[in-house]
Amino acid sequence: MGLLSKKDARLILDPLADNNPITIQVLGICSALAITAELEASIVMSISVLFVLGVGNVIISLMRNIIPSKIRIIVQLIVVATLVIIVDLVLKAYAYELSKTLSVFVGLIITNCIIMGRFEAFALGNKPWPSFLDGIGNALGYAVILVIIGFFRELLGSGTLLGFKVLGDPIEKTGVYALGYENNGFMLLSPMALIVVGIIIWIQRSRNKDLLEDELVGHCDI
Amino acid sequence: MEHIELFFKSIFIDNLIFATFLGMCSYLAVSKKVTTAIGLGSAVIFVLAVTVPLNWLLDQYILQEGALAWLGPEFAEYDLSFLSFILFIATIATMVQLVEIVVEKFSPALYNSLGIFLPLIAVNCAILGGSLFMQSREIETLGLAFNYGVSSGIGWFLAILAIAAIREKIKYSNVPPALRGLGITFIITGLMAIGFMSFGGMLTGGDDEAKEVKTIANESSPSENEIKMTKQDEETKSIADNNIKVIK
Repeated sequence: MGLLSKKDARLILDPLADNNPITIQVLGICSALAITAELEASIVMSISVLFVLGVGNVIISLMRNIIPSKIRIIVQLIVVATLVIIVDLVLKAYAYELSKTLSVFVGLIITNCIIMGRFEAFALGNKPWPSFLDGIGNALGYAVILVIIGFFRELLGSGTLLGFKVLGDPIEKTGVYALGYENNGFMLLSPMALIVVGIIIWIQRSRNKDLLEDELVGHCDI
Repeated sequence: MEHIELFFKSIFIDNLIFATFLGMCSYLAVSKKVTTAIGLGSAVIFVLAVTVPLNWLLDQYILQEGALAWLGPEFAEYDLSFLSFILFIATIATMVQLVEIVVEKFSPALYNSLGIFLPLIAVNCAILGGSLFMQSREIETLGLAFNYGVSSGIGWFLAILAIAAIREKIKYSNVPPALRGLGITFIITGLMAIGFMSFGGMLTGGDDEAKEVKTIANESSPSENEIKMTKQDEETKSIADNNIKVIK
């Protein structure tokens, strides 16, 4: 028997592609777009969400029988807010520059719909271990999209990856710049994040026809 | 003047959706029909108008470094700003609950049109984002904080109204099947955001320096005039760059 049973593995693998929180469930887009101009920021954001969602799911799941359903939203918000404060303080202590770049978007993890959505839909009705796996899975699904967007925006926008000049030096005209290549500064502007997500959704849905949306019915989840 | 500038700036230039992507989840989920979009949009304006000034007071008198000085000199050294997330979200959640109860009691008609959106709003990034931006941009007075809440709410309303109207029409267009629904909405929002970026130039109108450049430019000869104009363009560009930095 492997480390994870088949059912547990599905909890992690499903959100990575066919049930991706961003492109399929349309959750957590708020923070996904604003901070993806650099790959590093996207990775740090993903790790923060991974921590908050993994730990938060376990806490909510442990308390699921004692939370009165009328005030559950407030209880959930307090749990997330506490975890986010921890993340914020850790970032300020060990990665001050980066925490300046992320600015208010660390705080906005609190209202990231993925987190509240997973608490509501999964952690409130399941045991801690599956909840933990579900949290990790969904956070990884979020991370995949964030890293893809961050990768393309940084590569095409400033010709670097994690700060390394992978395409050569634009000023001294080395690497591909010698061939007349120019950075597309437009990729660094916020609207391009939306368009990149649109294209990712396009590619994903062209490959998997089951995901096509019937415009008249839709899958509005409120 | 300050008020007018902040008002237009938060509606058009720092639009919550097009510049900072706040409240995208409900923006995408509830923008299928114009009527529901109007309902959610007005709820957002209302809640922002209540919570931003309230959180401004909390920030000013409890959270900031030295804000507790009104309790006595020995409290002046405390800096509670690390508590702002939890305090802001608690305020928002309770206010939303309170507003829901009050509206239900006094105006059932309004409750029917607005009420179903209120629980959704407690976890809307736009509301918390409004308070956090209010804090990070160091808005100075209570009046300005109220102004900021209302105007960024109006900006959000405008955005969701526009996308809902477009989505109602686009149902009749022949969009590639894989792009239908969510994909095309993302791309349209991106194009709208590019459109809204052009409002960035509006800022120079309220800028004293830019005005001076303009008046000098009017008096000088045409060739000089052109130089001044390019200079102004550069200024606009630098302001736009600053905006981008803020967004980052």
